[in-house]
Amino acid sequence: MSLLLKSAIIVNADKISDKPQDIFIENGKISKIGTSLQAHGARVMDVKKNLVFPGLIDMHCHLREPGREDKETIETGSRSAAKGGFTTICCMPNTTPVIDHGMIVEGMIKEAKRVGLVNVFPMGAITRGQKGEELVDMFELKEAGCVALSDDGKSVYNAQLMRLAMAYAQMVGILLIEHCEDPPLSSHGVMNESYSSTVLGLKPQAGVAETVIVSRDIELANYLKARVHMAHMSLKRSVELIRFAKSQGIQVTAEACPHHFTLTEEDVQSFDTNTKVNPPLRSREDVEAIKEGLRDGTIDCISTDHAPHTHEEKELEFDRAPFGMIGFETAVGLTLNELVDKKVLTLLQMAEKMSAAPARILGLKTKGAVNESFDADLTIIDPDKEWTLKKEEIASKSKNSPFIGRKFKGKVEMTICGGKISYES
Amino acid sequence: MTNPASKIMDQDIVRRALMRIAHEILENGSGIEELCLIGIRTRGAVLAERLKGCILQIEKKTVPVGILDITLYRDDLSTISTKPILHETLIDFDITGKDIVLVDDVLYTGRTIRSALDALVDFGRPSKIQLAVLIDRGHRELPIRADYVGKNIPTSVHQNVQVRLKETDGVDDEVVIEDRAGPS
Amino acid sequence: MNWTKHDLIDLQSLSKEEIELILETAKSLREVSTRDIKKVPALRGKTVAMLFFEPSTRTRTSFELAAKRLSADTLNISPGGSSFSKGESILDTAKNIQAMNVDMIVVRHSSAGTPKILADALEPAIINAGDGCREHPTQALLDMFTIKEKLGKIEGMKVGIVGDILHSRVARSNIWGLTKLGARVTLCGPSTLMPMDIKKTGVQITYDVEDVVRDSDVIMLLRLQNERMTEKFLPSVREFAKKFGINKDRLKRAKKDVIIMHPGPTNRGVEISGDVADGEQSVILEQVTNGIAIRMAVLYLLLGAKDRERKPTTKQKGTKHVLTT
Repeated sequence: MSLLLKSAIIVNADKISDKPQDIFIENGKISKIGTSLQAHGARVMDVKKNLVFPGLIDMHCHLREPGREDKETIETGSRSAAKGGFTTICCMPNTTPVIDHGMIVEGMIKEAKRVGLVNVFPMGAITRGQKGEELVDMFELKEAGCVALSDDGKSVYNAQLMRLAMAYAQMVGILLIEHCEDPPLSSHGVMNESYSSTVLGLKPQAGVAETVIVSRDIELANYLKARVHMAHMSLKRSVELIRFAKSQGIQVTAEACPHHFTLTEEDVQSFDTNTKVNPPLRSREDVEAIKEGLRDGTIDCISTDHAPHTHEEKELEFDRAPFGMIGFETAVGLTLNELVDKKVLTLLQMAEKMSAAPARILGLKTKGAVNESFDADLTIIDPDKEWTLKKEEIASKSKNSPFIGRKFKGKVEMTICGGKISYES
Repeated sequence: MTNPASKIMDQDIVRRALMRIAHEILENGSGIEELCLIGIRTRGAVLAERLKGCILQIEKKTVPVGILDITLYRDDLSTISTKPILHETLIDFDITGKDIVLVDDVLYTGRTIRSALDALVDFGRPSKIQLAVLIDRGHRELPIRADYVGKNIPTSVHQNVQVRLKETDGVDDEVVIEDRAGPS
Repeated sequence: MNWTKHDLIDLQSLSKEEIELILETAKSLREVSTRDIKKVPALRGKTVAMLFFEPSTRTRTSFELAAKRLSADTLNISPGGSSFSKGESILDTAKNIQAMNVDMIVVRHSSAGTPKILADALEPAIINAGDGCREHPTQALLDMFTIKEKLGKIEGMKVGIVGDILHSRVARSNIWGLTKLGARVTLCGPSTLMPMDIKKTGVQITYDVEDVVRDSDVIMLLRLQNERMTEKFLPSVREFAKKFGINKDRLKRAKKDVIIMHPGPTNRGVEISGDVADGEQSVILEQVTNGIAIRMAVLYLLLGAKDRERKPTTKQKGTKHVLTT
């Protein structure tokens, strides 16, 4: 089945089209880019000079299947991701059971193929059951299809075990992603430790709980000449540490989530449990540092940490509600409005952060750019369309977002994955 | 002032002596059936091979030859300061019931032969053990005698009897008496 | 050349010529074990004490037989049944043994360096039968002897050592010995079981066992030293066996005349499959036989001569060693 997109403004990380281009898609690949291309029997779509990005890649999300299909499934998560403009999503292994065995990975990939909307790459755990005691059979998980491993939800607390994990992963050739949180230091805090936590009387989580693990893993990566990826960075200090590490040639990469460059600890004042996240919303200064980190390349990519929870769970008291908010469907809007429109990032940098960089970090060689012979994963965005996030229009099974009712400028019009349309507005 | 070395046997004399010993071995004794030669490393082994050749010439029959290294049986192992180099013992036939002729180049104190007898007993129980030597230079310290002797040479303890053979020393066969420098 | 060393502590300090002397001597001693009467009087009246602080069946019995076949008397001391468990220090135990006019102590200990400390402090000759993760010289010597017997030479031979290198004293002794004799050694194992900077000893490293299988003339397998692993260095034995284990299928890609070696005991199904251990390329049992000849050679060379080269012992210099284990 072939597709011809006419009049597209292609936004790659290195180049934006100066005039509209046509894109010919065949057998799931981009076969030709040029002007005035012939259809040859393909379905023709007029992109009307909208922006065509390489399919967005989310390196950090939670699909909750297997185990908590009441919150989200691979199918509903795929639909939500496609609506948000994502063509590839990497889901975290903190499911029930934990993804620490080859057969679970194979089962998920099979289900994702059946749903057939977006590419789903499951990530495996680093330790068996995510218990932080023994390593998983990394060769097996890689061979089953994992692109990376993480104990996300928590860090690998035992430093020696993380050292062994890094050395072993280096041999296997698989990426490790660290959720940076030192449990005794974070001591079950529900919001950032600051004047706000003092006034609000909520149990604080010290920022240093994140930075000590960031430092530790930078040191391990340096010692072993291995690499590590830092999940959801939220602090100015974390950005400074990573900036220094990169200047020393240490192989560390990092991501940040839209809520950490949009909301601050002050937004918790409403006690809306949808603002309860881990790592927590930080200070204005931290938000500015995250933006600067994205701008200067210290932070390599943007990921959503899409974390669905049921209405009942989020309706509990602030202390008892689970951490997390959904994020697929607001990522593009927030990135455009908070970063591109505010001149923190250019459109090219947005393509870099949301597609090219994740592709590079995960080793996905045929994704991350709109180029001939690459996979036909495309995200078509109308940068001027104004819209409001309405609860009933959310495609995810869960609706735990603090952005319900917010006005956005810039919307995903169509998502094409492997040459097939997986979302159309 | 030391005396110059004097050569008492050259290659022809050695050859004739060995041929005579071969004849004597064959005349003396119960026949060739159970006869085996065992040479004591290093030069005894060479002489044993040569005797085998002589016997082959005379009787047109091949006699088995073994090589014995007596280092492990020396009675002075714990008192010498440098370890002697160990070589392999190679006796690949059963010696029980055989008529063994031990072969060595020089018979002196008799201690080497005593060690050889100890070693042979660990290999089996021969029917008979006899001794053939190229040179008997006297000065026995043990009650040992040779059955077949190439040449008897009276010597003093201040002298050294040096046997050189083509196979081991690379020169024409010779037996030479040298004066020892200093006390023995 | 002549043997002049008082003790055998490790292969790191031996020269190529000294190693070759031991191998030559072992060759001559091997036939003693094939005789009907397996005894020669070479070390008659000498006393050899076995001081084994770690369990061992094969090494200890190998040394015992070697000593007995040379007509020496042997003495067995293991910590469980001795006053050692009553809190006596290792040096005190050894000095007590020395006071009984023992000629040699063969020692195995879980703490590296123990044989050297004993050698510096005591008169009897000391043989290291394995100290911690540092060295096991007689094992490597018998391994090299076996390679030389089967393949004719060591120089230029490609030897692959596969398994838990980090905790292996056998690997280290073999690395010293084989590189001194000109072999080309490649180490293979999980990255978490590879010691830091081991390449500085002159070896190559690979994490892919297929490289070793394809190129080696000798494949030497090591057991996972679970008793030395205080942490979980590996995800599972299952993954290790799958990725690094040698089985009949893997050997299809090996050289036709490859020999398979193992210091024992083998964990069938882990580092080596049962059919390979019992197969025709395996020389594991020959290693055991050669072990006796090597140990006889080492005993022969170290004992015997009355005035062995003596180094000044630290006790003569007046320093005190307080050793506790």
